[in-house]
Amino acid sequence: MTVISEAVIAVLLLLGAFLTLVAAFGLIRLPDVYTRNHAASKSATLGVMCILLATFVYFFAKDGFFSSRLLLGIAFFFITAPVAGHLISRAAYNSGVKMWDQSVRDDLKNKQAQKKN
Amino acid sequence: MAFQILLNVFLAFLWMFLQVSFSARTFIIGYLLGLIVMAGMRRFFKSRFYLHRVWAVIYLFLLFLKELIKANIDVLKLVLRPKLNIRPGIFALETELKSDWEVTLLSNLITLTPGTLVVDVSDDNKTLYIHAIDIEDVSEAVDSIKNSFEKAIMEVSRG
Repeated sequence: MTVISEAVIAVLLLLGAFLTLVAAFGLIRLPDVYTRNHAASKSATLGVMCILLATFVYFFAKDGFFSSRLLLGIAFFFITAPVAGHLISRAAYNSGVKMWDQSVRDDLKNKQAQKKN
Repeated sequence: MAFQILLNVFLAFLWMFLQVSFSARTFIIGYLLGLIVMAGMRRFFKSRFYLHRVWAVIYLFLLFLKELIKANIDVLKLVLRPKLNIRPGIFALETELKSDWEVTLLSNLITLTPGTLVVDVSDDNKTLYIHAIDIEDVSEAVDSIKNSFEKAIMEVSRG
């Protein structure tokens, strides 16, 4: 392995681990389901993608092995993570989970009120 | 667009048969030559020359990546700041996009955009309900981002 590929792998791995750690911090620190979802659906996505990319580069540089499964994994994660975030927050809203008490606006409430009439 | 790609593949096969050489290299050369021929004949097609749309898709993908990285930096700053001063809220957003896949793509993009997360889509596909983590500075920024996203998606779907 060359020095450049080693540096790229190290940076990607550390960045991915750091972003995942930040996502975990966000889950603990943020006040309600919706804001926690922000941290989980964004930081975790890029974190896992970075780690998968580092694995891909490692095997490509070490053995010359082109692992298309890792690339597919990155693509699937890229597509499915925001959908999962959306579905969790939608399910939470529809089952009546309250937003944080310092929340400012709620336009969705009007929609649900209109439906009942 | 599908017709144009099919025509291009057909031209590449024609080139392979003319050369009596059936390798990937000949196919690629034939494809590129067919592309030049089709670019010359593009006024006979009903829809746009399909390379425009391919370019629009690539542009959209790069936009996606850029926004994902920006969103991560934003969340990072928010979570690691010692004092938690956020003002979350849900706001409605009218969209001009019509078909289902366009709205799906737009809501995926918005979810990966800094500080916003789609909570619900109205039944007639016209309004997106978005949870913003910091509603004050986001509200206007989102409008501009949304315009750029919506434009990029329209550029892809335009016939």
